[in-house]
Amino acid sequence: MSLLEYKQIAKHFGGVRAIEDVSFSVEVGEIVGLIGPNGAGKTTLFSMASGFLKPTRGEIRFRDRRIDGSAPPAVCRMGLARTFQIVRPFGEMSVLDNVMVGAFLHHPDRAAARRAALVVLERVGMADRHDQSARTLTLAGRKRLEVAKALATQPKLLLLDEVMAGLTPVETAGMMDLIRSVRSDGVTVLLVEHNIQATMQLSDRIVVIHHGRKICDATPAEVAADPEVIAAYLGEDED
Amino acid sequence: MQPRQILTALGAVALLAVVPLVFDNPYTLSIIILTIFYAYLALSWNIIGGIAGQLSLGHAAYFGIGAYTSTTLFLSFGLSPWIGMLAGAALSALMAVVIGLPCFRLRGAYFALATLAATVILKVIVENSHELLGGPRGLEVRLMHDAPLYFQHTRKEFYYAIVVVMLAVALYANFAILRSRFGYYLTAIRNDQDAALALGVDSRRCKLTAAVLSAVLTSIGGTFYAQYVLFISPEKVFGANLSVQIAVVCIIGGRGTLWGPVLGAALLLPAEEVARAVTGGAPGAAMMLYGLLLMVVMRFEPNGLIAILKRVANRRTAARARVGVA
Repeated sequence: MSLLEYKQIAKHFGGVRAIEDVSFSVEVGEIVGLIGPNGAGKTTLFSMASGFLKPTRGEIRFRDRRIDGSAPPAVCRMGLARTFQIVRPFGEMSVLDNVMVGAFLHHPDRAAARRAALVVLERVGMADRHDQSARTLTLAGRKRLEVAKALATQPKLLLLDEVMAGLTPVETAGMMDLIRSVRSDGVTVLLVEHNIQATMQLSDRIVVIHHGRKICDATPAEVAADPEVIAAYLGEDED
Repeated sequence: MQPRQILTALGAVALLAVVPLVFDNPYTLSIIILTIFYAYLALSWNIIGGIAGQLSLGHAAYFGIGAYTSTTLFLSFGLSPWIGMLAGAALSALMAVVIGLPCFRLRGAYFALATLAATVILKVIVENSHELLGGPRGLEVRLMHDAPLYFQHTRKEFYYAIVVVMLAVALYANFAILRSRFGYYLTAIRNDQDAALALGVDSRRCKLTAAVLSAVLTSIGGTFYAQYVLFISPEKVFGANLSVQIAVVCIIGGRGTLWGPVLGAALLLPAEEVARAVTGGAPGAAMMLYGLLLMVVMRFEPNGLIAILKRVANRRTAARARVGVA
């Protein structure tokens, strides 16, 4: 059974067809990469799964239940957590408090939430910075905090929206290690990424979106050799 | 609670108990009562306006409902305002839901404007209800002299004792909220609502709960005002001035914090009294003072006076630590 399934999803913004007839699925335990040129519609697909946007047509299923049209908190409670491409720390709160907001989902008690949040911070390597104000973190720190907040909700599926964008090669390698360790803990990962190389190395499978349509869904090696994918990235008017 | 906190609380209670003995001049005592009362109102507003960050400019609605409900029930049915206070609080809670459901879809300035508009509507309704609510001239609470069971007394110390209890309740409510999951959720909503939603925070329900709590406390304040002043009018209890004043006291002091609203009131209310004395009671002097202080504080420290105090305290401990090292 697939953990997450997009079935003939379409999303139109007025006359703009951002997503047209996209279907793919994510199996339990996979790391799936979602790539495509700028404006291909990757983040739109994320927003529809996490409840922030309602598809114009089609169906999204998570753990065999229909989730398109559900509110974001309901989706999160079912075990689907997302991060945001433009990082969104709660700036006035400390790093620990940020993660506690996520941990409270399954630990209503403050002391328990604090303990759970500290475990998550330890895991993402930020325990030493738990007291720091989230606003003062570096970009790499903020990206990690995004992941930590989402992990604190104890998701079954983690949607990572460009958590490696803007990071140095060393920071990127650290993030890749983190994503791999998250998966080995039993969390399935779907990631949107601009860093093609990192995605190729990380993912079991890659879905390529171009102009709102799926043009490829295969292993990294097959995707790299696919003429349509190469044309989408190198040819025409795309960057 | 820690032993130190219990000691602090006991000390505060002792201090507050002595105040009316020291300041037995009714004028001074009335300023103290008013200051504590505004600290209470600012703390009530703080729950939705400060912690949850929803800039309400319509809290006079709940204040007015509290004042008019208890007074009307007293005048029409002879019901004790203590009971009327609870009825008013229930009505205000309902009103908070009625206002909140549509308005929480709006953000920022639009939310503020919508709450302001809701209060104007209520005020117009009251002004046009001549028979039941006394129209624009307002209502006088029938004098009963020393009747504590009817929330009335000729001595100011009676009201002083009540307002101190009210302050303690509001402080405790804010304290408990700030430490709970609910408080973390509200703070997260203030910082970034979408990010909070993504972490499973039901922002609409949290905001509604905060609005209801805030409205109930404010409404009780309205009943207290009616019994203390023994006269209410739409302008006084439903006026935009009041809504703005409550919000500004909290914002200047430090919204979203426990002691900020208290600090704001402790500074502004006495200052307002001085301004009134200096200008010989010129109308608008108080509002000008509020506007000026708001501009100055926001220019230098948008997080309010409490943030400045904290900075000073931090610097001092840091300096002490440096001395210790040397």
